[in-house]
Amino acid sequence: MIESFVPQASSFAAEIDNLILLVTVITMAWFVAAQAIFFGFIFKFREKPGQRAMHIDGYKPEHKRWITYPHNAVLVFDVIVLVFAVKAWNHVKIDQPTPNTTVQVIGQRWAWTFVHAGNDNAVGTPDDIKTADELHVKVGDIVRFEGTSRDTLHSFSVPAFRLKQDIIPGRVNSGWFQPTVAGTYTIQCTEICGIGHGVMAARIVVDTAESYATWMAANAPSGT
Amino acid sequence: MSATDHAHDDHGHHEQQNFFLKYFWSTDHKIIAQQYMWTGVFMALIGGFLAYAFRMQLAFPGKFIPGFGYMSSLEYNAAVTNHGTIMIFWFAMPVLIAAFGNLLIPLMVGCDDMVFPRINRLSYQVFLISAVILVSSFFVKGGGFNGAWTAYPPLSANSDYNMAPAGSSLWLIAVALEFVAFLLGGINFIVTAMSSRAPGMRMWDVPIVVWMIVVASILFMLSVGPLFAGAVMLLFDQNFGTYFFNPERGGDPILWQHLFWFFGHPEVYVVLLPAMGMSGEIIATFSRKKLFAYKTLLYTVFATGIISFFVWAHHQFIAGIDPRMANVFTVTTLIISVPIAEMCFLYIATLYGGSIRLKVPMLWGLAFVAEFLLGGVTGIFLGASGADIYFHDTYFVVAHFHYTFVPIAIIGFFMGFTYWFPKMYGKMLNETLGKIHFWITILGFNMIFIPLFFTGMWGDHRRIYNYSHFPDLVKNGIMQDLRIMATVGLLIMLSAQVIFLMNLIKTALSKQENCGPNPWKSNTLEWTAPSPPGHGNFAVMPTVYRGPYEYSLPDRESDFWPQSEPPDADKQA
Amino acid sequence: MAHAKPIATLRTAAGVPVGRLAMWWLLASEIVIFGGLLVGYIIHRNGHPEWAIEAANTNTLAGAINTFVLLTSSLSAVLAHQAAQTGNGKRAARFLWLTILGACMFLVIKSFEWTHEIQLGFTLTKSGFWSFYYCAAGLHAAHVIAGSIAMGVVAVDAAKGKELQRVEYVGIYWHFVDVVWIFLFPLLYIAK
Repeated sequence: MIESFVPQASSFAAEIDNLILLVTVITMAWFVAAQAIFFGFIFKFREKPGQRAMHIDGYKPEHKRWITYPHNAVLVFDVIVLVFAVKAWNHVKIDQPTPNTTVQVIGQRWAWTFVHAGNDNAVGTPDDIKTADELHVKVGDIVRFEGTSRDTLHSFSVPAFRLKQDIIPGRVNSGWFQPTVAGTYTIQCTEICGIGHGVMAARIVVDTAESYATWMAANAPSGT
Repeated sequence: MSATDHAHDDHGHHEQQNFFLKYFWSTDHKIIAQQYMWTGVFMALIGGFLAYAFRMQLAFPGKFIPGFGYMSSLEYNAAVTNHGTIMIFWFAMPVLIAAFGNLLIPLMVGCDDMVFPRINRLSYQVFLISAVILVSSFFVKGGGFNGAWTAYPPLSANSDYNMAPAGSSLWLIAVALEFVAFLLGGINFIVTAMSSRAPGMRMWDVPIVVWMIVVASILFMLSVGPLFAGAVMLLFDQNFGTYFFNPERGGDPILWQHLFWFFGHPEVYVVLLPAMGMSGEIIATFSRKKLFAYKTLLYTVFATGIISFFVWAHHQFIAGIDPRMANVFTVTTLIISVPIAEMCFLYIATLYGGSIRLKVPMLWGLAFVAEFLLGGVTGIFLGASGADIYFHDTYFVVAHFHYTFVPIAIIGFFMGFTYWFPKMYGKMLNETLGKIHFWITILGFNMIFIPLFFTGMWGDHRRIYNYSHFPDLVKNGIMQDLRIMATVGLLIMLSAQVIFLMNLIKTALSKQENCGPNPWKSNTLEWTAPSPPGHGNFAVMPTVYRGPYEYSLPDRESDFWPQSEPPDADKQA
Repeated sequence: MAHAKPIATLRTAAGVPVGRLAMWWLLASEIVIFGGLLVGYIIHRNGHPEWAIEAANTNTLAGAINTFVLLTSSLSAVLAHQAAQTGNGKRAARFLWLTILGACMFLVIKSFEWTHEIQLGFTLTKSGFWSFYYCAAGLHAAHVIAGSIAMGVVAVDAAKGKELQRVEYVGIYWHFVDVVWIFLFPLLYIAK
């Protein structure tokens, strides 16, 4: 479904896609069944000469169970969806695995600034590498991001990673991701942020170990 | 009833009024209903025009849009913002709650007017002022507000960011005034339905649509307060530089999101319930069936109303709220699917064993259920927090909520309008034109939003005026094809409304006889009043003997049994 | 335009006069307005312990006097209701005017208090605390003014012996305004 257009490039992308697939199967089964019964009834019980409608108040047990059964079934399917949804959510948003590196994501109208930790894996040190609109990470690294904004709300979204996090002035919203496939992917801003919202795109480059090392060396601030 | 004579005195007095007093200063609930309805429809035309403009921009980015011109990014944002605001606050709310509430509650509970007719008039006047303020905000310096209908600060709070200082404040004032109007109206609806029911009408004899409008009004009253306070705070932030939502000195933008969605989610049910109720009335009438398990239906309404107060943060899963909180709201959100699904089951069950007449109102009533089902099931994707990480703020969300709001507002308006048109004007609409209009509108509607599920699934995020800035969203041709298809769908849907207009004109010019009080052979009290009802509604104030859906009783010759028909009258006949 | 009451207004299927019913619903919607504002304030206040320093500059004495004034005015509203129940419209009107006098005193004290605070530089934009302080107390003051106008209208009618049931309804409203202040006073003045 999704992966045919948007690659799965992070460790949790497949889990989210599978959750979406599960929800699709469940909801579409319900949808098709409900519509089939609905249109079936409309056809079967269309007005026919000389035939009166039945008088059913819906309270008799033999009638009411036709509501009670699907009612209980909805509950069961809700629980199934809930279990997998919460599992995926906890994996992506609550568990915070030990990161290999940290990157600061700063949104401002209408560009992204990324502060890479550099070799010491800590931001705020002199070997930080600051870039605009291009984020470099190494494939397989667990990357912790710390998002903040200088003005309005923005949202740091990487569709190929199935990752999205609003970033808010005055707060640090952090999270993690682990890119699994080398390549270049789009970063979107998915929270309206004014006139330039529609052009606020950036790239995330997932490097192989070698090209990441090359990039680090080439961009290391002088003096470190 | 001793008060009956009294109503007749008033009747004579009323007819001497001049045109202005009759149509602009009336306290008659039916006139006020029409004022609300036609103001709402007028605003919907503006909202529809905005939709036309930004869909054209999306399908043909940067090209000249006939009737609009070239669209800038800021204009795009303003068009999207005001389209949403208008369609919810100035079309869905006034038409579904205020217009049909005003029209139906007094007629269906069997009294002559609202409990507080002058407050009712005031409610419309405040609403009208709010509409004028909103429309005028398009023309001030900087243009209309462009921070999305959710108006998240800091974008909405700071004119350096949104570049529309006057537009944003006017927008906010208009919204706040509109809330005041509906609070006034809502009190009236609730008290009228509680207090002014016809003699003999017990709780379970009240037609379901009245119940639903009353529950919707209660939901509105109990949810809008925090946002009203929030609107005052945001207005202060905009104009006096306070720090409610400004993090520089201790404010918090997230607070607004909570205030907004604490109202914003119940609001969905505020507009859903009246449409759901109208659909129930229509399905019962045209399938000649008693509503399946009326009390159960009512309990699902109450359950929906209560649970709707505990789901709001599912709009904020990725906004930076505590992720453990998100799990709580995932649970409540999935729970609310149960009563909503059950409402649909009950309507489908009502069809069982019916004698279904596919008249135009019935087509709309059934289409509401069929289309709303898709809106309902796609909500599960977004309520499931894990999936929402991907879907949040994509076109999937847009398609989802349009599959709820279009059935609610547009299908809802047409079903109510076509069903109660004979009651309002004493004439029958043309069936053939009505059916053509129905099918083209439904076709256009699905053609708009089915493609948007897919563009959203494949990465289109919201409120982007030109996707060519995102190479991977245009590189495969199908994405742009889908966007164009949606725009074509919109053009079809909009042009179908010409047929509706033709139908209105044809019916107005036709010399058909008065359709009589009860053309659909329905049971509820409004069908015992003349069409259109005069001032005071009923020639003799009705007394209620039974529930509203006693259709096709096996031991009776006639297949309907009006609520106000005395039991012994049947034996004489 | 002469306005005859519709039958709808005279019915009481709920067992409560429509005016009182409507008043309770109005109060329900008002409670959530103030509720939203105050919950927002309490959350912010807990997140910002430094606001205690700002709050120390509020005039607790003025707040306390105002609390006393409002409570007293509620008493006269009760007496007005009592008079209305016995059908004594003139007496009810007199007590209502007394209540309005209390409201005016409240507003006068409030304006002195605010003027003083603004002169000291504690303006709306000084900090989040003062934003909330002026906004919450201002919204309350707006209710005091609205309540006074409503009471004035009712008092004029009541003096002529008309619509005496409304004395009770404005009284309910006035007690609500009072109760809101009972919440505001500790939250804005006493919590230092």
